[in-house]
Amino acid sequence: MPKILKQFIDAFEDRTGLIAFFDGLAKHPVPPDTGWWYVFGSATVVAFMIQVVTGMALATSYISSTGEAYDALNFITTRALFGNLLRGMHYFGASAMVLLVGIHMGQVFLMGCYKYPREFNWLTGAVLLILTIGMGFTGQLLRWDQNAVWSVVVAAEQSARMPVIGPAIAHFILAGKTLGGATLSRFFAFHVFFIPAIIFGFVAIHLYLVFHDGISEPPEPGVLVDPATYHARYEALIEKDGVPFWPDAAWRDAVACALVVFAIVALALIFGPPKLGAPPDPSMLAKDPAPDWYLLWYYGALALIPPGLTNPFIILAPALGLGTLFVVPLFNRGERHATRRPWAVAAVITIVMMIGTLWIEAKRAPWSPDFAAKLLPANVIASTQPDVNQGAALFHAKGCEFCHEVEGFGGHRGPNLSDVGDRLTHADMVIRILGGGHNMPAFAGALNPADVDALVAFLQSRKTR
Amino acid sequence: MPNRETASETHEAPLSPERRVFLTKISIAMSGLAAALVGIPVVGFLLGPLLQSTAQIWRSVGKIDSFQIGTTVKVSFLDPSPLKWAGVTAKTAAWLRRNGEDQFVAFAMNCTHLGCPVHWLQDADLFMCPCHGGVYYSDGQVAAGPPPHALFKYPTRIRNGEVEILTSAVPLG
Repeated sequence: MPKILKQFIDAFEDRTGLIAFFDGLAKHPVPPDTGWWYVFGSATVVAFMIQVVTGMALATSYISSTGEAYDALNFITTRALFGNLLRGMHYFGASAMVLLVGIHMGQVFLMGCYKYPREFNWLTGAVLLILTIGMGFTGQLLRWDQNAVWSVVVAAEQSARMPVIGPAIAHFILAGKTLGGATLSRFFAFHVFFIPAIIFGFVAIHLYLVFHDGISEPPEPGVLVDPATYHARYEALIEKDGVPFWPDAAWRDAVACALVVFAIVALALIFGPPKLGAPPDPSMLAKDPAPDWYLLWYYGALALIPPGLTNPFIILAPALGLGTLFVVPLFNRGERHATRRPWAVAAVITIVMMIGTLWIEAKRAPWSPDFAAKLLPANVIASTQPDVNQGAALFHAKGCEFCHEVEGFGGHRGPNLSDVGDRLTHADMVIRILGGGHNMPAFAGALNPADVDALVAFLQSRKTR
Repeated sequence: MPNRETASETHEAPLSPERRVFLTKISIAMSGLAAALVGIPVVGFLLGPLLQSTAQIWRSVGKIDSFQIGTTVKVSFLDPSPLKWAGVTAKTAAWLRRNGEDQFVAFAMNCTHLGCPVHWLQDADLFMCPCHGGVYYSDGQVAAGPPPHALFKYPTRIRNGEVEILTSAVPLG
């Protein structure tokens, strides 16, 4: 090394101590054989850094004005150099971050890493999970298309259900009593300043605690966590078998983080960013607002719970779900290995299956009317009788088909009527159509007797072939 | 390299415990005051929208003759006090039904379940919500699905041959 360079480095180190500081962090001893399950924390941080970098770039062209954001995003997507790729990376980076936070928390929980003395690090992780979801939701709104506009309204409506302070929270979200010029800039500020600042703070605390408490040793069946003996046992392990974090353990983090980056860039290149919907005009009502995939399961749950429980669910479900995360560290002793904690394994499987099932249901959305349903084709009607054909036309015109399926056509909200002629009599059908019931509107006011006759004729012709 | 040991030897005599307590308190008090001086306007600015009352304005949505008796149509109008940079977001809409010569009802477009925009199906004489399948009759009453109550209504009036709607806040649950 040239003498002048060494002098410069010495002078720098004398004044900052940063080389010794980071050298100590990099080479601090960690337990051996931590393995690949320990890479998800680092991978999450890298996904967050991708969000920061791509977000800063996008912010140079984004305009946080309700009147111009949509056009600015169109410009970024279609005309700015690498704009489409950056938007794609930002979207898939967000998805990766949510996914990796979830996997990281699952791994920490299943391996009992949250137990003594790392309870506070679990709590900081729980806060980071909430902040990550907050970033995802506010980011979705910055697309500021019609889906975003209506998502703001839905978020305000849900917040308003909270007792006493609900309406105030709703107006805080809307930045007023109505959607308007101040709404988007509020979400922009939260997305790029408030929440990231808090995330940076909590990531710093999270990493500090990792170094302070040490990386947890892989669990072994029968080795119990006891605060009275843990530190002595951990220090003895580190003294005897500890390896330097860099490169012995960190190489796996480096490889995993690089793979995460490769995957995000590849997905952005292949699939691109989410398409912008219609312009953010709240007077255009042809919209079915839905959140991005990571909140879609909750959206599905709102459709499936009994209507009378909607308000308690909106308030209690997030409170209980997130509150449970903060209770987990109370169980901070005893077995760590998953084979000795069947309830922990069952809890993770239940949560994954619940979210997965709700997600699939929300994707199908069988509760939503199918407004795109077309008039049944002639081969499905399969009749030359005028009243049957007239009934099929009414079946479409009166909206029956939006909720009822007939041989693969129509919605799924109500029962499939492909063979209703085998199940219900003429009288049953008339009563059901005119009087409604079982979550179906009464059509007595919308049909004349001839219409009812035609509709029933069509339905009676729906038999098993 | 400076001699740090020598520098440390030049320290003054230690502070008395009472003076340390006093200086601690005054440091915390001054810092708290400074934080409040910055924080109060920041928090107040963020909470400002909660404290501002929104003026209600009658907006014309069209001439009486442009609406047929027994039909429901979408009408668009501007928010009461749109900001210049609101663009199309300043617009809002309602479903306006003409029940008689001078009888108009304006329904909010928001489903009372979670606020999604309801669709009007003229032939079926129903409002339907695309989100979770809420259904309302033409008078706004709940027909099926999860909505807890009827569609909200905006006040309407007729002035100089035009139908007017009183702008209102986004109806909340």
